[in-house]
Amino acid sequence: MRRLIHRPEAGGAISALLVFAFFAILAGHNGFLSLLGTAYWLDTASELGIIAIPVGMLMIGGEFDLSVGAVVGATSMIVAICSGSYELPGWLGFSLAVVFGAGVGLANGLIVVKTKLPSFIVTLSTMLMVTGSILGVSIGLTGSSSISAIPNDFLGVLVAFKWHEFHISILYWVLFGAAAIYVMERTSFGNWVYATGGNVVTARLAGVPTDRVKVILFILSSLGAVLVGTIETYAFQNGSITLGAQYVFSGIAACVIGGVLLTGGYGSLLGTAFGATTYGIVSLGVFFLGWNADLTELFIGALLLLAVISNNRLRTFALGR
Amino acid sequence: MTQSETPILELRGVTKSFQGVTAVSNLTLAVRPGRVLCLLGENGAGKSTVIKMLTGVERPTSGEMRIDGAVSTFESPRDARDRGIATVYQEVGTLPLMSVARNFVLAAEPQKGRGLFRRLDLETAGRLAVERLKELGISRVTNGSQLVGTMSGGERQALAIARALHFGARLLVLDEPTAALGVRESATVLRLIERVRNSGVAVVFITHNAYHAHSVGDDFVILRRGETLDAFHRGDKQVGEIIELMAGGAELQSLLSQSEKQAMQS
Repeated sequence: MRRLIHRPEAGGAISALLVFAFFAILAGHNGFLSLLGTAYWLDTASELGIIAIPVGMLMIGGEFDLSVGAVVGATSMIVAICSGSYELPGWLGFSLAVVFGAGVGLANGLIVVKTKLPSFIVTLSTMLMVTGSILGVSIGLTGSSSISAIPNDFLGVLVAFKWHEFHISILYWVLFGAAAIYVMERTSFGNWVYATGGNVVTARLAGVPTDRVKVILFILSSLGAVLVGTIETYAFQNGSITLGAQYVFSGIAACVIGGVLLTGGYGSLLGTAFGATTYGIVSLGVFFLGWNADLTELFIGALLLLAVISNNRLRTFALGR
Repeated sequence: MTQSETPILELRGVTKSFQGVTAVSNLTLAVRPGRVLCLLGENGAGKSTVIKMLTGVERPTSGEMRIDGAVSTFESPRDARDRGIATVYQEVGTLPLMSVARNFVLAAEPQKGRGLFRRLDLETAGRLAVERLKELGISRVTNGSQLVGTMSGGERQALAIARALHFGARLLVLDEPTAALGVRESATVLRLIERVRNSGVAVVFITHNAYHAHSVGDDFVILRRGETLDAFHRGDKQVGEIIELMAGGAELQSLLSQSEKQAMQS
């Protein structure tokens, strides 16, 4: 038991269980526990969860990325303009978005490691720049900031696939999550990420290429956003620049609820998955109760505060002091 | 004492200045295998400049540097490390929120499996770490998955030293390893230094604590404002004399009370 509580994902698992129990009791008879209800909260959790995987890796590595939401919106516009306005195959739009996303990630990473400025400020700037430039391009090309996008090739079908209401994004979440957990816990790169976030000077003195680690993490963070942007655009059959705006902070919130330290160097991606699950359960639980959707934010905010407080305590506990 | 063995690292009449300001002038020292060279001095004496030259961060402005007897310099800190010179920093030597095993192998992780299944061998890492720590006299750490933050300051230093030795260090530069430690922890670190010395590794022990230096040192160099105030060997001087030298002899004498002077002479 003591060993379990010592694990960094313990807090996330506990909060997911608590909110599940809460809404199962209050909203169980309203459909929260039905197959449909389960599918809904899993869909929500999976999309946030995919975003939160590389965001969590980046946070463990000691940096933030506020530009993920903007990259989701930009991806949505790129995919929609390509397949909707120009009737190009979906894979082409997706490839363009991947190149664009990787470019944003690379820029974020290089600016952060070269200038040594806080990534909070750097990615806040790139967030605004990404949104502004894509909006400009979109208005220039199509005269609109919201474009319909209907899946027109295998890629569109692949990312929009649903079984009952269980969206294929759940599968991607599990696959990418498992792969990322493996990388973080069982490879040298994972060890370097923890070390870089723990103390960048110590890591560098030990021989870890900390700059390269950070740049790779920033690129992964943007690519996660590209995947989710593509999935959501085809799921809603509509491209919108504001798509993904909520991920700016909900991605970070999921990581922190899942036990990732704000200062980096500690946490787990399994915990991050629990954090995303918590978010999914709360937002759909509130919906099934028929409460105002704004209460979701109230819930998440309170959970976040509790998580930050308990994370610090759990860490002190883990250190046996 | 045997002076016959070739020093791993030697400085002969080395001067280092930064934009015309001399930080270290005409310094001569030799670091031999199995010996502890104590570099003593108060703040601003030039100790950190010497460390930087020994570890390849800075190059001497003038004078001669010899590595394994041949005239040479380090191209970079990496070059110094590749030639077996390791620096152990007290503040940033280990990562408290990572396990002993992960700290021990950081940036040189042992792997197992092949291709896509190539992965960290944490069992080997943990076993190696615990073994090497035991060799240094630290037996309280028995599990590689223990977080480093749960260890004492002395044990953490031991881990950083064990790591350096495991990855081929022949000369350890210890920068103020006892500065922030209590009496017991300092004793742990001093015992560590003795063990490392006895295993044939050269040690440069930088400190401003004359007692700590006197207890483990073989060779001594005292710096003051960049100048070499004195250089001597084990047994040549008593602690009191060393303290006096470091603090500036006559200046300190004039401040001491009679009883303190007697205490220092005894």
